[in-house]
Amino acid sequence: MTRRPGLFFPRQVVDAGGNRWDWALLPLVLAALVLLAYGGAQMARPYHVGEALPLSLDPWQLPYYLLRTTLRMLLALLASLLFSFAFAAAASRWRPAEKLLVPLLDILQSIPILGFLSITVTGFIALFPGNLFGVECAAIFAIFTSQAWNMAFSLYQSMRTVPGELQEAARVFQLSGWQRFWRLELPFAMPGLLWNMMMSMSGGWFFVVASEAIAVSGQNIKLPGVGSYIALAIEARNLNAIGWAIGGMLVGILLYDQLLFRPLVAWADKFRFEEGGQESAPSSWLLTWARRTERLGRLVDRATGALVRTFSWFRLQHDGTSIRARPRPGTHTVERVWDAVVAAGVMFAVWRLVGFVHAEVGWAEVGHVLLLGLATMTRVVLLIALAALVWVPVGIWIGLRPVWAGRLQAVAQFLAAFPANLMFPGVVVLIVHWKLNPDLWLSPLMVFGTQWYILFNVIAGASSIPSELRFAAGNLGLKGWLKWKRYLLPAVFPSFVTGAITASGGSWNASIVAEYVTWGDTTLEAHGLGSYIAHMTAVGDFPRIALGIGVMCVFVMGMNHFVWRRLYRLAEDRMHS
Amino acid sequence: MATPILELQGIRKSFRAADGTERPVLEGVDFTLREGEIVALLGRSGSGKSTLLRIMAGLIGVDAGSVQYRGQPLYGPARAISMVFQSFALFPWLTVQQNVELGLEARGVPPAERAERAEKAIALIGLAGFEGALPRELSGGMRQRVGIARALVTEPDVLLMDEAFSALDVLTGERLRDDILELWQQGGMPTQAMLVVSHNIEEAVLMADRVLVFASDPGRVRSQLAIQLPRPRDPDSLEVRELIDEVYALMTAGAGRAGRPAGEAEKLRLHDRLPEADVARMDGLLELLADAPFNGHADLPQLAEESELTDDELLPVAHAIGLLGLAQLQQGDLHLTPIGLRYVDGGHVLRQEIFGQQLLAHVPLAAHIRHSLEQDPAGALPEQPFLRLLQQHQDAHEAERSLRTVIEWGRHGEVFEYDFHARQIRLPDGALDEEPED
Repeated sequence: MTRRPGLFFPRQVVDAGGNRWDWALLPLVLAALVLLAYGGAQMARPYHVGEALPLSLDPWQLPYYLLRTTLRMLLALLASLLFSFAFAAAASRWRPAEKLLVPLLDILQSIPILGFLSITVTGFIALFPGNLFGVECAAIFAIFTSQAWNMAFSLYQSMRTVPGELQEAARVFQLSGWQRFWRLELPFAMPGLLWNMMMSMSGGWFFVVASEAIAVSGQNIKLPGVGSYIALAIEARNLNAIGWAIGGMLVGILLYDQLLFRPLVAWADKFRFEEGGQESAPSSWLLTWARRTERLGRLVDRATGALVRTFSWFRLQHDGTSIRARPRPGTHTVERVWDAVVAAGVMFAVWRLVGFVHAEVGWAEVGHVLLLGLATMTRVVLLIALAALVWVPVGIWIGLRPVWAGRLQAVAQFLAAFPANLMFPGVVVLIVHWKLNPDLWLSPLMVFGTQWYILFNVIAGASSIPSELRFAAGNLGLKGWLKWKRYLLPAVFPSFVTGAITASGGSWNASIVAEYVTWGDTTLEAHGLGSYIAHMTAVGDFPRIALGIGVMCVFVMGMNHFVWRRLYRLAEDRMHS
Repeated sequence: MATPILELQGIRKSFRAADGTERPVLEGVDFTLREGEIVALLGRSGSGKSTLLRIMAGLIGVDAGSVQYRGQPLYGPARAISMVFQSFALFPWLTVQQNVELGLEARGVPPAERAERAEKAIALIGLAGFEGALPRELSGGMRQRVGIARALVTEPDVLLMDEAFSALDVLTGERLRDDILELWQQGGMPTQAMLVVSHNIEEAVLMADRVLVFASDPGRVRSQLAIQLPRPRDPDSLEVRELIDEVYALMTAGAGRAGRPAGEAEKLRLHDRLPEADVARMDGLLELLADAPFNGHADLPQLAEESELTDDELLPVAHAIGLLGLAQLQQGDLHLTPIGLRYVDGGHVLRQEIFGQQLLAHVPLAAHIRHSLEQDPAGALPEQPFLRLLQQHQDAHEAERSLRTVIEWGRHGEVFEYDFHARQIRLPDGALDEEPED
């Protein structure tokens, strides 16, 4: 159908620029620009270390704080995106880089966000003396570390799994590396990347307090934002303010969903590689709206046009008949040398680490921290098992009822994005009131935010059970335990493993905020690796922070390698033919 | 003689097997593609014909030998060589127009010229009006048309087609093939030569000026057949039928290995690749062969028609029943043997018994597995050592397939059983107490 703009506006108005959709969208665009500019200006104000930034618990200040927080998140997301591009391009194109970067990312992934913050905050402040921007950078960097890794990994994985024939087509038709990235690899990776961006955003919200109210390495800076507001409310034991903060955060998550992710997901639907469109395509009012505009549409066209123009700048200058395409022999020795250099570097680092631990903290402490790690691991494993026991049946029940599945899956995703630490004050009050044992009762907080991954993955798995299988199971009259053992559990096992992997990783990270909880001047501490790290970062004891983080890396990576990857492979091999 | 375009000499290519040993895929292949000809490559799956095509496309390098394009050495994909892919390889996020423009865009052709040339190519291949459509909106045949337009728009000297019609249904494939031949006859495309990899014998005979039949393990050109019939060729004409018969005979004679007298029933070696033939299909084919109108003797092309199997489905099955001695494969004909007749007439139990006996007698791998199992006190062995044995001569993927095939056959003949979860092969229940049969 064609649009008939003349129906509503005099002709000269229509010709003068844009259509009614342009005009309707204009205020929204302008408002967004003004807010961004204002927020940006506030980020680069003069500031000296030690100065207290004005903060109040007045709910009317919350919109402003929300603006500052969302802006930080947006910047961190952009930085993560750029990092992912660079990482994935380097790692998927260049083998020596791949050998170094992929294990490095594995390690970085398991380092908790507080660790990054305590190591880098002084550096960032020194980078912009006399300006708030240094502290902002530290906060943005902290958010970045909670967002970047899974995005980079997803992009890298997708780029490596581009179907062979498409890669061959790209080579036959002489696409250069630059052209290949924009025309083939990025579009192919887009759906996965977007999904990971949304997960990253949840991660960012989860650590919003830790990243804004910087209380590491002897620093005590509270940047204006929702996180600092919450921190202040906790210090002041103000439950009303906590309520307001929850409301503000809901609005923030909702705005992000409606204004950024929903349109992006709807737009990225065209990059779906699988055939068949039986699922309903995601839609977004904003995207539909923007697509109907004329002016804005032209602006976007011009931007993509500029990108396409760069294709002719970075094109292949020669084809396979030129001597320059001749494969260079002898890269083998270079590769060996590089391997040796990497191995030597790793050995040196290990040697330094051992020396450092020996000199600074002593081996008794290492043993102690390992024990703490075991305690935290026990908690993670038990809680994941407990969460599975509850959510797998619930998820299956919901997944088999399509009407409910659609509605509740969105809710579960929303709950996963919701920062569980907002619930902590309430829990502290309860524990203190009933004089409960914090070692036991603080633990549920670890899976509070992450259990939802299990739920919505199981829902997704159950709702994708083929209907023939369902009919067959019904026809055979499978009942009771047999039905679960032979039919339902195997059917959702792969998606359960996917969810549990995410939940377990998230729980380790969450242990730092969950095992060490404060409410005003009450501090509750569970014995574990998380509380150890939290405690040491608050004190600013570098050697012990490093030790704690190192041990956590070992535990997380060990669990990934020895438990999750095996289960994942099992799920891939056995459950699907 | 016409000018050579692509010249391949003494090509050798091996792939590294899982255990690090080199496994040759192509050995001593010489080939020349000349101006004005269409050449078809035929051969079993795994005979290296697709590898050879990719070498000519510059996608894969060679271990030894030389590849030259118009007298120049070829090190990588060249602008003048274009390719059409089996599963189309369209970029699903680009429209038909954008897909067709891809090669031009990569070369930095200005947008206006790009659009014009793309539209021309789209019109040429009969897709006008679909410029703005996304590939997912199109049927398979239309998608492959886009693939062909994309390959032709860069005005290639050489067009390579990698089983371009095999993902389409028969009718659509035939129409598209006829359209291309028409373009070729009329000089409607700028292309000087075409190379077609196919496993459809009729397709090869109808299209090509030369048919090359590949032998496998390692892949090499076993025989060549020049076809001088004028195009368009009538698939029902006597000449074409005779040619198809001849190619079938070439394809089945000596059952694949080079340097073996034709006609003689082939003796398998322990580590040879097994034809991928499932038991149900073998049963079906044997029954078809035994019944009227064939009554035990059939011409493969007729059998293909009657069984509604494609060539790459039929040939492995025919090969397999030949190997097992249930039928004899000779000059492109299939004859039921007396044992085969007993098999077809028998009930379930007898069939299994005969199948098991034939399997042990004719397939060394099955006999070796059975023998090893009987040596084992528990009567069970992990699949790993057998897989490793196969991997010394086949690549990981093929070794896996050969093992799957022998396991399926072994199960059918009750020679051994397989536990999927434990990845173990074991003797059937009760077999341990019995005397080992021979």
